[in-house]
Amino acid sequence: MTSGLVIRTAGRLLAPFIFIFGFYIVAHGHLTPGGGFQGGAVIATGVALILVCYYYKDCIDKLTPAKNFKLVEAAGLILYICTALSGLVVGASFLFNWMNATGGLFGHAVAYGVNAGDIFTAGVIPVLNFAIGIEVLGALSVVLMYMFAGLKETTQAEDDAPASTPIIKKSGKQGGKK
Amino acid sequence: MKECTSLFPKRVVMILVILVTLILLLPSIGLTFGEPQTTTTDQYYINNAQVETGANNVVTSIVFDYRGFDTLGEACVLFIAVLGVAMLFRRIGK
Repeated sequence: MTSGLVIRTAGRLLAPFIFIFGFYIVAHGHLTPGGGFQGGAVIATGVALILVCYYYKDCIDKLTPAKNFKLVEAAGLILYICTALSGLVVGASFLFNWMNATGGLFGHAVAYGVNAGDIFTAGVIPVLNFAIGIEVLGALSVVLMYMFAGLKETTQAEDDAPASTPIIKKSGKQGGKK
Repeated sequence: MKECTSLFPKRVVMILVILVTLILLLPSIGLTFGEPQTTTTDQYYINNAQVETGANNVVTSIVFDYRGFDTLGEACVLFIAVLGVAMLFRRIGK
């Protein structure tokens, strides 16, 4: 896959902001529109941008191999199920919101009515949001990485080599200074 | 001799299935569209979601609290879908 210097630089510039925006959507899922599914999809978009901009081999070597995303995805599902089971541990029902308004982590008192919102409210909902977020992030990224692995792409050395194919040679001076 | 003898001929079974389906669909004839029964669930969520779950976002409180099992099922569906993709690409993805 040939991706120019402009695309590579722009992708490198944009990807951190996309990650931070996705994390914001996940973390504020119980206050603003959004949630785990949407935020995870946004973060996976950043991974897709990196995969498109760079060579797949570079992503595997320098970013992270695909099996780490598989681990992240399984960890998200296990975190969801464990959070749901913790309701049984404290003596309530499965998926019970037992951390709400207890004063501990995510248990601040809620201001009712129209208000700006406090991020440390809503009990287990932020935890479940986070679990779903990393699960969707891992799922979409691992699907993309597996599909990019099947792609037949040129190496960077072949792309940066001086023009030697007949098509480029015909059109005169290209390749230029490198 | 025949290895598999069914109790009823195939034609009779087909007619029976169609008849049972029609009988089960019979009560839906009396339903009228555009006049739904008055429900109180939606108004209950609007009134009590913030008090009961502590989340300002009512949609999130429904998805992760009132309908948490549904979200668990969605997560499992996503997991199984990725499992299928990983199985399909198992030789390439090394």
